[in-house]
Amino acid sequence: MESLVVLYNEVYKILFLLIPILVSVAMIVWFDRRVWGFVQKRKGPNVVGPFGLFQTLADALKYIFKEIIIPASSNKVIFILAPIVTMTLALSAWAVIPLSEKMVIADINVGILYIFAISSLGVYGILMGGWASNSKYPFLGAVRSAAQMVSYEVSIGIIIINVLLCTGSLNLSEIVLAQQNLWFVIPLFPMFVIFFISALAETNRPPFDLPEAEAELVAGYQTEYSGMMYAMFWLGEYANILLMCALGSILFLGGWLSPIDIYPLNLIPGAVWMIIKILILFFMFAIIKAIVPRYRYDQLMRLGWKVFLPFSLIYVVLTASFLIYFDLLPNTGN
Amino acid sequence: MIAHALFFYFFSIIAILSAIMVIVSRNTVHAVFFLILDFISIASLFILIGAEFLGMMMIIVYVGAVAVLFLFVVMLLNVSEQKLSWFRGARKTKHIPIGLAVGAVILLELIVVVGGWKYRDTFSETKFLNFEKDFTNTHAIGNVMYTEYIHLFQISGLILLLSMIGAIVLTYRKREGVKRQNYFTQVSREREDSIKLVEVESGKGINLDD
Repeated sequence: MESLVVLYNEVYKILFLLIPILVSVAMIVWFDRRVWGFVQKRKGPNVVGPFGLFQTLADALKYIFKEIIIPASSNKVIFILAPIVTMTLALSAWAVIPLSEKMVIADINVGILYIFAISSLGVYGILMGGWASNSKYPFLGAVRSAAQMVSYEVSIGIIIINVLLCTGSLNLSEIVLAQQNLWFVIPLFPMFVIFFISALAETNRPPFDLPEAEAELVAGYQTEYSGMMYAMFWLGEYANILLMCALGSILFLGGWLSPIDIYPLNLIPGAVWMIIKILILFFMFAIIKAIVPRYRYDQLMRLGWKVFLPFSLIYVVLTASFLIYFDLLPNTGN
Repeated sequence: MIAHALFFYFFSIIAILSAIMVIVSRNTVHAVFFLILDFISIASLFILIGAEFLGMMMIIVYVGAVAVLFLFVVMLLNVSEQKLSWFRGARKTKHIPIGLAVGAVILLELIVVVGGWKYRDTFSETKFLNFEKDFTNTHAIGNVMYTEYIHLFQISGLILLLSMIGAIVLTYRKREGVKRQNYFTQVSREREDSIKLVEVESGKGINLDD
């Protein structure tokens, strides 16, 4: 009986996180399209509901009622598995994200490694989808996307090492608490910029959306997908973008901490600050989608391997030397 | 404790089954996917015994990087087309005797390892690791790896670097007549270098000297 209560509590907590994430993914898609529209002097979706807020729900309804077409020559099991893998991974990474000091499902020791591992698994959803479709454009898109994600994961990993040098812990809550005096965006500002650009490449957002470059590859790995399966790819993609924004605000912008610890500001609950920071980062994602032209593939690879990787490596050495010289290394109790 | 045992059997059964499927499945891409499943369930076993750092590293390194490269090679080479000649070829293949020999050696080694377990040296026991309560195993591994084993750690890093450079040197070939772009000249191109405004008198035309 007791274990049933525990199970019930866990399921309750998970649902309490998952449903808000799915709803906010829907809202964020609307926000993205609105920002994109305003930049181009259009209005964007503004018909369904107040300010067009329910546009994404209407889209979702449309996807649900559309037929799911499975190509005859595809590998059916893997074809169906691919969107499921993408969405499951995108949502399961949220388990360790602390929205405030108490609001976290799993406060594990290696939180940052967990997120890194899950996001490196994200390649498989795309590779499976592209390969199982058994057609040219999806396959090319999937191979491009996998190469791109693996390359930029390397630079994200080294940027994370920079932050970890300053905190001395892999736990996400402790990373946030280490920023109580100074957000890491100030001492590690170049790393924040590189992290943001790498996050764009990691989530296949413009200007790095080569896997689905519509001028060359139709829609990349999503070409053969329709109906709810396409919607699942899409949901997973936006959940990943939100995750990257959350990760950026935890690593560099002080997570749930208020900007200054003074009277009226610290009354606002931490989760609100966290959401505001995620939204600011997402607004930057949306603006960049609207104003930056797409990169060429060789430029993308050059940027990842020849510019970001050496620079962030040098910055690791600089950070470590600085911390040791001024004796600022975090004391981790041994 | 029962839940722990249940999880252990769940993950180990998946690990064994997927390991068998890796060698049984005809489609090589399926084999790689089963290999990935195997890696993940073994990482879960690591996490189950409290070695969460090793488990996460297993996923990041093996699943996130190594298996992607496997998958690339298998997908791009289209190995699955050759499966007929590999598995039931009409002419005599040389694969089977070699495979049997390798299998026999591995079996022998397994027997030696399992049989010689009680004669093992006490040296290999973890005398440097201490398992206190509030001491994460990331710290424990770091304390050992960067003090006791720092030279071995550095040497293994150097070996990896050398093998990487070696692979690049072996496969690099300079091709003639490939047009490459110089990013510096591209970016530093100015308006004055490429556009010239010329006043042309009507009816006379102009002679540009280039």
